[in-house]
Amino acid sequence: MNILTLENVRKTYDKHVAVDNVSFNMPKGCVFGMLGPNGAGKTSLIRIITTITRADSGVVLFNGEPLNSNHPSKIGYMPEERGLYKKMKVGDHLLYLARLKGLSKSEANFEIKSWFEKFGIEDWWDKKVEELSKGMQQKIQFISTIVHKPGLLILDEPFSGLDPINTNLIKDEIDELHNNGTSIIFSTHRMEQVEEVCEFIVLINQGKNVLEGSVKDVKNQYKDNLFKLDFDGSFPEELLARTNIISQKENSITVQLQEGEDSNTLLRHLIQHDVHIHSFNEILPTLNEIFIKKVESSNQQNITTPA
Amino acid sequence: MNKLWLIIKREYLTRVKKRSFILATILTPLAFGIFFIVVGFIFSYESGETKRIAINDPGNILNVSKIPNTKTITYSKPDKNLEDLKKDVLEKKYDGVIAIPVISNLYDKKIEVDYFYEKDQLDIESQASVQKSLERFLRNYKIRELQLDKKQLDALDTEISLRTKSVLNEAKDTSKRAAVGAGIGGFMGFIMYMTVFIYGTMVMRSVMEEKVNRIVEVMISSVKPFQLMMGKIIGVGGVGLTQVAIWAILIPLISIGVQLFFGFDAEQMNSEMSGAGTNMDEDELKYMINQFWIEMGTLNWFMIVPLFIIYFIGGYFLYASLFAAVGSAMGDDLGEGQALTIPITIPVILAFYIMIAVLKAPNSNLAVWSSIFPLFSPIIMPSRLAFDPPVWQILLSIAVLIGTSIFAVWLSARIYRVGILMYGKKVTLKELGKWMFYKG
Repeated sequence: MNILTLENVRKTYDKHVAVDNVSFNMPKGCVFGMLGPNGAGKTSLIRIITTITRADSGVVLFNGEPLNSNHPSKIGYMPEERGLYKKMKVGDHLLYLARLKGLSKSEANFEIKSWFEKFGIEDWWDKKVEELSKGMQQKIQFISTIVHKPGLLILDEPFSGLDPINTNLIKDEIDELHNNGTSIIFSTHRMEQVEEVCEFIVLINQGKNVLEGSVKDVKNQYKDNLFKLDFDGSFPEELLARTNIISQKENSITVQLQEGEDSNTLLRHLIQHDVHIHSFNEILPTLNEIFIKKVESSNQQNITTPA
Repeated sequence: MNKLWLIIKREYLTRVKKRSFILATILTPLAFGIFFIVVGFIFSYESGETKRIAINDPGNILNVSKIPNTKTITYSKPDKNLEDLKKDVLEKKYDGVIAIPVISNLYDKKIEVDYFYEKDQLDIESQASVQKSLERFLRNYKIRELQLDKKQLDALDTEISLRTKSVLNEAKDTSKRAAVGAGIGGFMGFIMYMTVFIYGTMVMRSVMEEKVNRIVEVMISSVKPFQLMMGKIIGVGGVGLTQVAIWAILIPLISIGVQLFFGFDAEQMNSEMSGAGTNMDEDELKYMINQFWIEMGTLNWFMIVPLFIIYFIGGYFLYASLFAAVGSAMGDDLGEGQALTIPITIPVILAFYIMIAVLKAPNSNLAVWSSIFPLFSPIIMPSRLAFDPPVWQILLSIAVLIGTSIFAVWLSARIYRVGILMYGKKVTLKELGKWMFYKG
């Protein structure tokens, strides 16, 4: 079951195409990375999903039904550029935002109180937002995003401007929400975060999705058959013909297998030749490498084939 | 609907609870009160000291031993020649000497009288007072010398009071209607003008602040931009009504308080301020005030008050929504966006000046058409209401105003929803025009 399905979604502003025929599926309950360089159209896409704007054409299905005005209350959205009413009291502010998401007064009160307890910030209720530090405000912002228990949580660059302690705190909360079945979209251009937390990714560049799938599949798809070998002894000469040596140190070698070869064959040969193996690892590309490769190649295409 | 109500409530309560609002609401009438007290003191101020003025009248033109004293001048007519009197001035026996020349030609219409002083020049008020006294005595002197009949002369001065009556109702004198109508009309027009500006810019600033501190994107992931905009406009409008209502109660209370405690009333002060009070005796003043209240009573308040509220609401929605649209287009730089407000503020200011002209001629073509043109009508029509404008004009004007307000709200909503998400772009009017045609 997919919580979100996009089919040929397109959005233009004036002459600028912000989202260009994007299609992807987001399975329910997963952590989904929406990647792309700055200005790729991630925020435009998110605004369509959160019903802030409407797509010019294409279909967006939420839980299998076309987006409608009931859906915002099931979505929690923390924009990259976030803010609060500075003069409002923290408690009142959270109540207000929660009630706008459709919670009754008592529900909202209960939920907010329990979050305050959880974060140990009960005494913040009557403080004004402007009295809080930036990190504290981020906490409040996060609570406001999830207080209505959204089925889909959309976080746009959630860790920007967070210190390591708060980053971990929010990460733990995200993990917990994930374990409780919340589907989470993680929009970022910082790949190391994606590898840590995401199961699925979609890569957006210049308004188009250039790559999608599970992190494992994507990595496998883009692997170069590279293996790193630590060993004692000498590398058998006969194997040199069947592999490309990428780099070589005294007792360590990185090789690329040729088409049709697999790692087990290589290992068997090594053992036959009495090479003492300490470690044998496949080198998978990092998402960062894939990202850069894909973005560069799709930009290249756009330059060589002008639209 | 529920969300709209939540927004209205927040927008209203956060403003009404603010200390600055409470202070402004209470202090403004107080400030008015204090202003009137201070003005009252200033105008009733008398320079304590009295001037001693000697009169030298060799031709015995005054024909009296002494001119009556006034509050600030003590006259005396010692039997001395001018040179001695001047010496007396230097010896500080007198502050000054008036030297009345001998009049050779009774038909001279211009006579120069000298006033000699040592160092204290005659202030303007004393000069006027001296001139007036001398003119009166000279008139009597000429009447005597020319052997005219004073009674006949007095009969030449005729006072006309114009009673204006409708042919349909000759029993009623409507002559005070023009003045009272202009007063009431000017007052209502002025209130409209102020509220449009104060609360319109309040909406604009608040929209801009929401955009600048980035709460707006969080908000519109929960509510529609239209709800947010309307909630704000209605909430701020409620603040405006609250404030005006409190003032409507407080200002009369405070002015009554001022009258009781300080023993002078606003009408008297007004007349003193306009300078008319010096010529008007107390009975006449009382009569005027009485007439004013009678005339106020004859106005059709059951029509004026509801119509005023309709124009208030219509005008407020029209302008506040336009201000909201402009606010949404503004960035962090307030100065840059200020240029965008000009197309809105010009009609308001223009309307105010038209109103001043309309008060003088409430049934002129200018008055009729500007009270139907929707950008002007919220200010012009209330100023005409006391003059009983034809019903068809009122109805047409209201219909046009309501239609235009709805259109303005719709138009502004279309600009607003694009503007609040648009950052880092210098916005021109042309750009605003384009936004109207953006799709959802």
